[in-house]
Amino acid sequence: MNNETPLLSVRDLKTYFMMDEGVVKAVDGVTFDVYAGQIFGIVGESGCGKSVTMKAVLRIVEPPGKIVSGQILLKRKTANGEEQVIDLAQLNANSKAMRDIRGAEIALIPQEPMAAFSPVHTVGDQIVEAILLHQNVSRREARTIALQMFKDVGIPMPEQRLDEYSWQLSGGLRQRAIIAMALSCNPRLLIADEPTTAVDVTTQAQVLRLLRRLQEQRHAAIIFITHDLGVIAQMASYVMVMYLGLVMEQGPVDEIFHAPKHPYTQALLRSIPTITMTPRVNLPTISGSIPHPFNKPRGCPFHPRCEKFIAGKCDTRIPALQPIGEKQWVSCFLYHDGEVAA
Amino acid sequence: MSQMENEQQMKNGDAENLGAVLASKAEERVSVASNWKLVWWRFRKNKLALLSALVLIAFYIVVLVPDFFATQDPEATDAKLAFIPTQGINLLDGSNFSPWAPAVVGKRNPVTLRMEWKIDETKKIPIRFFTAGFEYKFLGLFETNLHLLGPADPKSEDRLYLFGTDRLGRDQWSRMMYGTRTSMTVGLVSVLLSVILGVLLGGISGYFGGWLDLIIQRLIELLQSLPTIPIWLAMTAALPQDWRPDQVFFAITIILAFIGWTTLGREVRGRFLSLREEDFVLAADLAGCSRFRIITRHMVPAFMSHIIATSTLAIPVMIVSETSLSFLGLGIRPPAISWGVLLQEAQNIQTIAQAPWLLVPGVFVIIAVLAFNLVGDGLRDAADPYGH
Amino acid sequence: MGQLFLVPRWGGGRVTNHQTSQPSNYSTIKLLEVKNLKKYFPIRKGFFRKTVGNVRAVDDVSFFINEGETLGLVGESGCGKTTASRCILRAHAPTAGELLFRTKEGSLVDLAKLTRAQLRPLRSQMQMIFQDPYGSLNPRMTLFDIVGEPMYVNGVKDRKERVERVAELLRLVGLRPEYMQRYPHAFSGGQRQRIGIARALSVNPRLVVADEPVSALDVSVQAQILNLMLDLQKRLNLTYLFVAHNLSVVRHICDRVAVMYVGKLVEMANTLELYAAPKHPYTAALMSAVPVADPRIKTGNVELKGEVPSPANPPSGCYFHPRCEFAVEVCRKDAPVFREITPNHFVACHRADELRLPGIA
Ligand SMILES: Nc1ncnc2c1ncn2[C@@H]1O[C@H](COP(=O)(O)OP(=O)(O)OP(=O)(O)O)[C@@H](O)[C@H]1O
Ligand SMILES: Nc1ncnc2c1ncn2[C@@H]1O[C@H](COP(=O)(O)OP(=O)(O)OP(=O)(O)O)[C@@H](O)[C@H]1O
Ligand code: SF4
Ligand SMILES: [Mg+2]
Ligand SMILES: [Mg+2]
Repeated sequence: MNNETPLLSVRDLKTYFMMDEGVVKAVDGVTFDVYAGQIFGIVGESGCGKSVTMKAVLRIVEPPGKIVSGQILLKRKTANGEEQVIDLAQLNANSKAMRDIRGAEIALIPQEPMAAFSPVHTVGDQIVEAILLHQNVSRREARTIALQMFKDVGIPMPEQRLDEYSWQLSGGLRQRAIIAMALSCNPRLLIADEPTTAVDVTTQAQVLRLLRRLQEQRHAAIIFITHDLGVIAQMASYVMVMYLGLVMEQGPVDEIFHAPKHPYTQALLRSIPTITMTPRVNLPTISGSIPHPFNKPRGCPFHPRCEKFIAGKCDTRIPALQPIGEKQWVSCFLYHDGEVAA
Repeated sequence: MSQMENEQQMKNGDAENLGAVLASKAEERVSVASNWKLVWWRFRKNKLALLSALVLIAFYIVVLVPDFFATQDPEATDAKLAFIPTQGINLLDGSNFSPWAPAVVGKRNPVTLRMEWKIDETKKIPIRFFTAGFEYKFLGLFETNLHLLGPADPKSEDRLYLFGTDRLGRDQWSRMMYGTRTSMTVGLVSVLLSVILGVLLGGISGYFGGWLDLIIQRLIELLQSLPTIPIWLAMTAALPQDWRPDQVFFAITIILAFIGWTTLGREVRGRFLSLREEDFVLAADLAGCSRFRIITRHMVPAFMSHIIATSTLAIPVMIVSETSLSFLGLGIRPPAISWGVLLQEAQNIQTIAQAPWLLVPGVFVIIAVLAFNLVGDGLRDAADPYGH
Repeated sequence: MGQLFLVPRWGGGRVTNHQTSQPSNYSTIKLLEVKNLKKYFPIRKGFFRKTVGNVRAVDDVSFFINEGETLGLVGESGCGKTTASRCILRAHAPTAGELLFRTKEGSLVDLAKLTRAQLRPLRSQMQMIFQDPYGSLNPRMTLFDIVGEPMYVNGVKDRKERVERVAELLRLVGLRPEYMQRYPHAFSGGQRQRIGIARALSVNPRLVVADEPVSALDVSVQAQILNLMLDLQKRLNLTYLFVAHNLSVVRHICDRVAVMYVGKLVEMANTLELYAAPKHPYTAALMSAVPVADPRIKTGNVELKGEVPSPANPPSGCYFHPRCEFAVEVCRKDAPVFREITPNHFVACHRADELRLPGIA
C-alpha cells in the first residue's frame, strides 16, 4: 500500500523488567510500521504491553525495565533538510538527541491524566515551558502559541484556563489541556495512551472528534492505544492486536473487524456484546484468564485459551508474525509455519 | 441439581482452573498464605531489619532474666573499688579454649591519693560459663545462684569488671543488665499503653465521627501543640518525692504514654475513616454483620500490622525520653537502675575523661534505638503485602 | 451433596435454552418501588462545620423493579447511580422518599423508615455485587470466611453446614470448592468477581444490586461474568438492578433501562424501545456517543457540547437545557415532570411528544 518509508518502524522490540522475583517479559518481540498521516490503533487487554511498547519508543521505560533488543527506527529531517533514519534504541535515553525528539517530534498523551501536569504550576506555565524547551521563541510568543493551542482544542475561556492548575480543571478540560500540551510543538507523531479511559462517553466522543480533526489538519500520525474495541473501530485506520507482549495480528481496520484471522482476535470480537445482536443470549467466551506475567505459557502465548490450537505445535513453538494476504499480518500456525527462532 | 448440570457449571471454571492445575507447589503455598505469613515473607527479605530483630530479641532476653547475666550484685558498693577500667575477655589460653580475664591491680598514687588501676596480663582469672554466683530468684520463680558467666572460683577475691566500675565501685556490666530491664520495659509498656489509648480514642473518633470526633481531634491538637519537655518536667516534678522506685517507674510510663498516644490516635482515626469507605466493609455491613463484628473482624485486622509497625517506631522515642528524663534526675531515680540513671554517672567532663567506660550505657541506647527503627521500617514496608 | 438445599430454597435449577433470546420471564409484581428518593450530601465549611449547601446526588427519583427482571441504570460519572443503589440497600440513609420492598413473606415494608436493627433481618433478601474485584474482598480472610460470613451472621452457625454450602456456591459460580482455604490474593480479577457473586448469593437474596460489575474486568473476562449473571438469574429467579455505563452491555442484559442525569431520571423504558426510539435528547446524545465496534457503522453524529453540571449547583429548569440542542424558553424556567408518555415509557422532557430522535439499532 505504502511505498514510502514509514515514519516509525519498530523491529522485533523486546523490553524486559528485571525484577527480584524474575524477569517480566513485558514486550517480547514487537514489529510494526507507522506511516505519516495514519491513525495506528493498538488494542489489547490490560497488561499486554501496550504502554511499555510506547515507553520504549520514547525511551522512558523506568528501571528495572530495559530494552533488551530490537530497533526503533524514526525517520526525521536533519537541520539541512535531508531525510535521515535513526535508531532510537541505540541512543542514550538521556542524550540531547533523545530529549529533542521527545516532545518535539514524538509527543505523548500519558495514560494517567493526573501525571501529565504538575499540581504546583499552572497548566499555562507548563505548556510555555515545554514550548520554550523545543522552539526558539520568546516567552511571550510561547504564551501566544499556548493560547492558540487552547483555542484549537476547544477549551472555553482559554485565557483564564491557562492560569489555572490542573486540579481545577474538569476531566474533559484536563484531557483537552493535555492534548494541547502534546500538540504544542507540532509533533509528527502523537502517542495517545488510552486518552479516554478516565472520562465519560460524551466527553470521550468530544475528545475522539478533536483528535481526528487535529490529525486531519496537521497530517500528523497518531498511535492510539486502547482496550475498547468500539473506540478502535471508530478511530483507527490500521490496527495491531497484542497479547502478552506479542503481536497477534495487524491489518487495516476493516479486515481486523470483518475478516479477523487470529483466533484471539476472532474470540475477542465474538465475546463483546454489540449494539446489533440479540440480547440475553450467552456470549461466546474466551475460556480462562490472562496468565500472570511470571507464568507465561510456552509456545504460542494464547494456546492455553485457544480453541483451535494444534497439539505438539502451538504449545512448543512460538509462531512468527508473517504476512498473509495483502495487508494482514498474523502470528498463528493455522496460517503459516514460520516460527520465532529460539 | 443433577450431576450433569454440575459438570456443565464446572466448565466455566475449568479453564480458569487450568492455571491451578499447572500451578507449582510454591504457588499453592502462596495461595493459602495468611496476611501474617505474607508480612513475614516480605519482612524476611530485609536482612538489616532481620538482624536488628535478633538484637532486640537478645535485649528482651536480658529483660527477662537480668540476674542471670549479671556477674555481681548491682547494689554492692565498695569505695575502694571505684573507677576500675574494663577488662577484656580472652577466649584462648595458649591454643586451648579456656576463657580468662586479666586481673586488675590497684595502687594508690601517693601524690593525688587516687587509686590507679592497671591491667595485669600475667595474672589470669579463669572464667567459667554457667557458674555459681550471688543468689537470686529465676524469673521470680525459684532460688538459684546460676549465672551465665563468672570467675571459676566464686569464693576467691577475683572479680569480673567487663564494663568497669563507677564512682561507688559498683560493677557496671551487672548494673547495665538491670538498667536494660528497666529502660526496655518502660519503652514497651508505655507504648502498649499509648497503643491502647490511641486505638480506643482514635477508633471512636474515626468510626463514630460527629462531635466525639471533634472533641478528640481538638484534644490531640492541644496535646501535640504543647512543648513536650516542659510538660514532662512539670508532671514528673509533681510526683511525690517519697514514692517507691516502682511507683515512680509506673508513673513515668503513664506520663510517657499520655503524651505519646496522639500520633497513633491520629493514624488509627485515619485508617478507620478510609476503611469505612472500603467495599469489603460495606459488604460486611450489607451481609448484616453487627458493628462490633465489623470493627473486630474486618477493620482492626486491616490495620493491625501498621499499628505494630508504628508502635515499634514509637518505642525508641519512649526509651530516649525515659533516658533523658532520668539523666536529668527527673525520671527514674536511684536506687532504681535504668540507662538514664547509669548515664547520670557520666554527667561531667572530668569523670568521662577519667572513666570513659561510663558512657557504655549510651552506646546501648544508640544500639537499641537503631535496632527498633530498622525493625519498624522493615515492618512498615512489609505491613501491606497486597499492593498491586 | 449440596443440591439437597439448593433446590428447595431456590425453586429448581432448570437449565433453559441458552441460545435463543429470552427476556427474563419476569412478573409484573413490583419487588421494589422507589418513590421520590432523595439523597443530599451536605457541604460543610468552617470551624463549626456549618452546612453551606447540598450535593444533590439523588434528587427526586422514582422507579420500580418487577420481580425477576433486570433494570439497568445508566448515566455519566457522578450522576448519582452509586448513591441511588446504595440508598436502596440502605448503605446510605435517604434524605427523603420511600423504598417499598415486598418481602419474602409478601408484606410491603418501607426500607427508608427502618432502623439499623430493623434492617438486619431483611439484609439477606437484598445483596450487592461490587465494581472493584480487589477492594470488595477482605484480603485477610479465606474464601470460606468471605463466602460463609453472610450465612454465619444470618444464622447458619454450624461449620459443617457452612462448608457444604460454600462448596456448593463456589461450584455454582464456576470455581473449585478446593479453593476454599485460599486467600483472595491468589485469584485473578474475573475469579474474584465470581467470589463476590458467590458471597452475594450465599444468603439467597431476591434483589441483587450490581454496581458496574464488569467495568473493571478485562474484555475477555467480561463475557464470562455476564453469562454467569444471566445464567444465575434464570436458575435462581433473581431480580437485578444493574448499574453500568457501557450501553452495549446494558442492552445485552437489561429488560428495562433507566437513564440518569445529574441526580434525576430523564427516561425509563423497555431496553429495545429505548435504544430504537429514545424520547429524551440526553438519551439520544448518550447513544450517539457510544463507539460501535464496527468500522462500517460510523457513530458520533450528535455532538454533545459542554460539560456535566455539578450536582451541588445544577442549572435552572431542565438540568439538561444548557447542553440541549432542542431547548426552548420553558426548558430554562420549569423543570419537566417525569411522566409516562406511552405505556411503560417514562420521560422527563417538555418536548418529548414532538421530538423524533435517532436511536441505535
Ligand atoms: N515498572 C514496572 N515494573 C515491573 N513490571 C512492569 C512495570 N511496568 C509494566 N510492567 C509489566 O509489564 C507488563 C505490560 O504492562 P503495560 O503497562 O505495558 O500494559 P498495558 O498493555 O498498557 O495495560 P493497561 O491496559 O492496563 O494499561 C505488565 O505485565 C506489567 O506488570
Ligand atoms: N459521601 C459523599 N459525600 C459527598 N458527596 C458525595 C458522596 N458520595 C457521592 N457524592 C457525590 O454525589 C454525586 C453522585 O455520586 P455517585 O457516586 O452516586 O455517582 P455515580 O453515578 O455512581 O458515578 P460513577 O459512574 O463515577 O460511579 C457525585 O457528585 C459525588 O461527588
Ligand atoms: S426539557 Fe427541554 S432542555 Fe430538557 S431535554 Fe427536553 S427539550 Fe431539552
Ligand atoms: Mg497501559
Ligand atoms: Mg458509581
